[in-house]
Amino acid sequence: MKWLIAATVLTLAGLFGIHSVRRSYSSNRLTQPMQEQRLAPDFALPQLDGSELRLSSYRGKVVLLDFWATWCAPCREETPGFIELQRKYSSRGLQIIGVSMDDGPEPVHVFYQEFQINYPIVMGNAKTGELYGGVLGLPIAFLIARDGHIYAKHMGATNSSVIEKEIQTLLQ
Amino acid sequence: MTKNAISAVIFLSIALLLTAQAVAQASSIPVTRLINPEDLVKLLQNSDKETPLMIQVGSHVLFAQAHIPGSEYIGPASTEAGLQQLRQRVQNLPRTQFIVLYCGCCPWGHCPNVKPADDALRALGFTNVKVLYISDNFGTNWVDKGYPVAREP
Repeated sequence: MKWLIAATVLTLAGLFGIHSVRRSYSSNRLTQPMQEQRLAPDFALPQLDGSELRLSSYRGKVVLLDFWATWCAPCREETPGFIELQRKYSSRGLQIIGVSMDDGPEPVHVFYQEFQINYPIVMGNAKTGELYGGVLGLPIAFLIARDGHIYAKHMGATNSSVIEKEIQTLLQ
Repeated sequence: MTKNAISAVIFLSIALLLTAQAVAQASSIPVTRLINPEDLVKLLQNSDKETPLMIQVGSHVLFAQAHIPGSEYIGPASTEAGLQQLRQRVQNLPRTQFIVLYCGCCPWGHCPNVKPADDALRALGFTNVKVLYISDNFGTNWVDKGYPVAREP
């Protein structure tokens, strides 16, 4: 019986530990409504199928630009939420674009298939990161209004409900 | 062994597994093996001190944007290819070589690279290895602090 009690305590400790780690990470997120909204820097980057995606061609849509990588655990956790947002709001004008900061496309192809991602992924590079003020930690997401201005920047894993509220505001 | 005892052992195993998961990879590196950014900066500025071999074990896209001057890019140590590169880089070095590993891709508890790199060097017998403690990411805890930065041309 003592064993059982000890095991229960350890299990609860383990679960609490996981919860704490995730909570502490989520609290690291930084939401920055842009005081002086700047135009999202344009870029043209290769998609996984080799075709080129130009950001400015999405002007008129609300764009969630997500810098991520396959090896980034919080990025992976965010992905199902983004897939759901894309499914839910695409008809109203939302377009999510993933910018992979992986060193090569191979793991991205696998990830794309595995998660059945429903939005385009482009292969980012250092220059793209610098255009957006330096992507020196992942994930980082920029929410871009229909007029092409950056509305918000989220650093670290962000609860999709937070982003969803902003998307709803911009889609109105 | 009684039925209760068997149940307890199974339960304990699950508990230990969950606890191990909770201690995210980088978080399980002992504090004694860490070095803070400010301490590394001081060390690099002090010419009397031994300059460490600094190795970035994260993504090249991040390294190209910003890295510690003089540090070397090896590749993500969460991959076998990255670990292999790391082992090759250090294979001929004396085991007392002062080495600083860093990544900064993600918040500390989520970094997939520094712990495997640290483990690999320990397994090779290196005794003077420190891991740079980057709590949030390299941008926030190094670049934004105004510490020295180099970029790839």
